[in-house]
Amino acid sequence: MTLRIGAGSAWWGDRISPAALNAEKGDLDYLCFETMAEATVSAAQVRKRRDPSFPGYDTWLDDRMRAVLPACLKRGTKIVTNQGWINPDGAAQRIVHWLREFGARGVKVASINGGLITDRVLELTDTILENGQPTSTLAPSLVSAEVYLGAEPIVEALRQGAHIVVSGRVADPSIFMAPMMYEFGWDALDHVRLGRGNGLGHLIECGAQVTGGYFADPGFKDVPRPWDLAFPILEVEADGSAVLTKVEGTGGIVNLMTVKEQMFYEVHDPANYLTPDVVVDFTTAHLEQIGPDRVRVSNISGKPRTPTLKVSIGCTEGYIGEDMFFYAGPGALRRAKLARQILEERFKLVGLDAEELRIDFLGLNAIHGAMTPPDAAEPYEIAVRVAARTTTREEANKVGREVDGMAVSGVGMTGKRVPHQDRTREIIGVWSSLVARDRIVPSITMIES
Amino acid sequence: MKIRLERAAHCRSGDKGNTSNISVIAYSPELYPFLKEQVTAERFRQFYTGVVSGKVTRYEVDGLHSLNFVAEGALGGGVSRSLCLDNYGKSLSSRILAFELDIPDQLTSLLKGND
Repeated sequence: MTLRIGAGSAWWGDRISPAALNAEKGDLDYLCFETMAEATVSAAQVRKRRDPSFPGYDTWLDDRMRAVLPACLKRGTKIVTNQGWINPDGAAQRIVHWLREFGARGVKVASINGGLITDRVLELTDTILENGQPTSTLAPSLVSAEVYLGAEPIVEALRQGAHIVVSGRVADPSIFMAPMMYEFGWDALDHVRLGRGNGLGHLIECGAQVTGGYFADPGFKDVPRPWDLAFPILEVEADGSAVLTKVEGTGGIVNLMTVKEQMFYEVHDPANYLTPDVVVDFTTAHLEQIGPDRVRVSNISGKPRTPTLKVSIGCTEGYIGEDMFFYAGPGALRRAKLARQILEERFKLVGLDAEELRIDFLGLNAIHGAMTPPDAAEPYEIAVRVAARTTTREEANKVGREVDGMAVSGVGMTGKRVPHQDRTREIIGVWSSLVARDRIVPSITMIES
Repeated sequence: MKIRLERAAHCRSGDKGNTSNISVIAYSPELYPFLKEQVTAERFRQFYTGVVSGKVTRYEVDGLHSLNFVAEGALGGGVSRSLCLDNYGKSLSSRILAFELDIPDQLTSLLKGND
């Protein structure tokens, strides 16, 4: 038996049509969605506090489900998704709504809870991994805390007959591996197969990043029709080897280069990639191009899982004020430099109290900053971009206000836009800690359409 | 001959907290030993002076002809705190493409692009 698992999204803002394409043309047994970034849960908590009508799940849930459910129902494709964010039950109910809209009755939808530990995090955790301080130091600014769950609760939900499983935070690769564990009957302690499965999950968790996205570099790494990328599909065997591919006839490319780049993406030690389920060792992997857009992946290794789970702790940490304005043509850089001097003096005059202030010349040094070669060519156009991190909103607002002043009180030939968005934003800092595995007990709720 | 690294290897960067990892992957197995020999953790760190404030660790994956550099303190305090426009550091990997690599002339045919 070959299990066909497709990616439906790699992050919240991802394109939706490739998910629909995978549902319609991918002949999938499972379609899996990853929609969360590091700060997603905390940002959702902040939004929920401000706007009680915010349901707390993926804001694209309706669009994604409408796009894929008809084809998934027709093919019998099951769905595993972390679109539940801080409200998996609400997401499940909404999915049931759409199932009924499409005339599907008796379809089981499971929601997984138990990973949100905001009210218990200070008793369950000890040390902040990033700075060695006790997690109790975060108490005054704590917004949210969640555990990275593994594949096990998803597998249990599938065992209970779920056709669709919706969770909050689950480690990205685990979302994609859970169907392998369930369908092939892999044991939760079988680190050999789970290593392979989690490794495979890692390869497709970022969607198009393995099918030609975040990859093209003209003349060096060319990608056919990069405007029409497909999301990846795994054809997995019971031993945990697989072929990584995509729907035929789409743009993009699957080759040894795309797979290697994705293999190391967000990985530190490639021999010890920690997930809740297993420790993955990519260093033993064999990759083979066996056909156009078909790469065979085998021999990824695994080591027994650690006794702890990772906890992500979101905290309010002040504000960032940010804005920009523009120069072009001969002398753009000298005018930009004078503008920078004016801003620096203005910030002294208005007493800006910033933890960090940064004034860049976008087009010259805004991205690589201090690494920019001193002899870099002067660009034809430059944006002066200013950002400050502050402890209060009032201080951060000074950035936008001083940029406003550059309109009529600044430098000659300044391009200036009317502010089209709030130029001050709240920072949610994310910290990590560990919790003993046995202190976390996920729960499953099953509803039916 | 001396070439820019971009002709011999491709790269991708990823973020975790305040740490950026940057993979450097040889276009062909024959070029890998020269990457391994010359793109050391120390020279990598020098190449990112002013941006990477912490330790750089290099992991070698010989079987896949790849190096993975893990640069601590590379993301301005972390994705959400960073004042850099590219707060995820997605474009950080492109910096190493300018690294000057010395390779034997007979390997020229394996290189991508032109000088």
